[in-house]
Amino acid sequence: MGAHAADIDKHVRVYILVFAALMALTIVTVAVSYLHLSVPAAIAVALLIATVKGSLVACYFMHLISEKKLIFAVLLLTVVFFAALLFLPFFTVADGTEARG
Amino acid sequence: MEIPYTVSIRQDTGLTNGKIGIWLFLASEVMLFGALFASYILLRTGAPTWPRGASILNVPLAAFNTVVLISSSVTMVMAWASLMRNRFGAFRGYMGATVLLGGVFLVVKYFEYSAKFHHELYPRTSTFLAIYFTLTGLHMLHVMGGMAVNAWFWGPGAKLWKTNPQWFTNRVENSGLFWHFVDLVWIFLFPVLYLL
Repeated sequence: MGAHAADIDKHVRVYILVFAALMALTIVTVAVSYLHLSVPAAIAVALLIATVKGSLVACYFMHLISEKKLIFAVLLLTVVFFAALLFLPFFTVADGTEARG
Repeated sequence: MEIPYTVSIRQDTGLTNGKIGIWLFLASEVMLFGALFASYILLRTGAPTWPRGASILNVPLAAFNTVVLISSSVTMVMAWASLMRNRFGAFRGYMGATVLLGGVFLVVKYFEYSAKFHHELYPRTSTFLAIYFTLTGLHMLHVMGGMAVNAWFWGPGAKLWKTNPQWFTNRVENSGLFWHFVDLVWIFLFPVLYLL
């Protein structure tokens, strides 16, 4: 479980800070979308903010920051296959079969 | 038969079996949603035109739902922290709030879906709506599943606290890991579908 009852008060303070950060970043995400950036810039900014928010959730709420090595091994494998999945669509561009031509 | 390593740590993994189990399950979930995100990229890059999500979908409602899910993640982690502090009453309150916030998310989603159907916007209407309903529908099923498990631990499942509090705390931590994952998926779905 990685934490003892005595550490919990410290944990709770961190949870509140993370909550505040997540709320602030949600407002930033929505605010940026009203700036009408170019599509590539908007995608980059939105995904960057989402990645920061996701990392906060994973590191603190899911306790990844103090997790055992085996969990990281499992997640490293997952990240590799996940990245492979996301790159699959680009092969359709490489072999010239995408619809836009 | 007793399930081994629910409370004590297994020497070779350094973890309880429940913990490694839920993480392996979450790894498979990453691949499930990953496949759909990859489909989204393929469909979007292959489409001659792609609408801005905000022109079809309700951004304020979805932003509200983002706040709801993030709040439910905090109440979830506080439910676990309450058990660690040996405060069962507080656990009940936080866990109840987590389930209720999940309910609020579903009610908002119901209104969103109803508005789409009312305007005759269905999955068959466009590729954008097809992937929108697929991704948000699958995510909604996860919200329902998480709510069912959390409601169980709030209600009848909480009996375990009396006989084996450590095991119960570990179970709540594991259901929390799933719930945070559901929150994490929404953190990506919201900008991808509604804002870009």
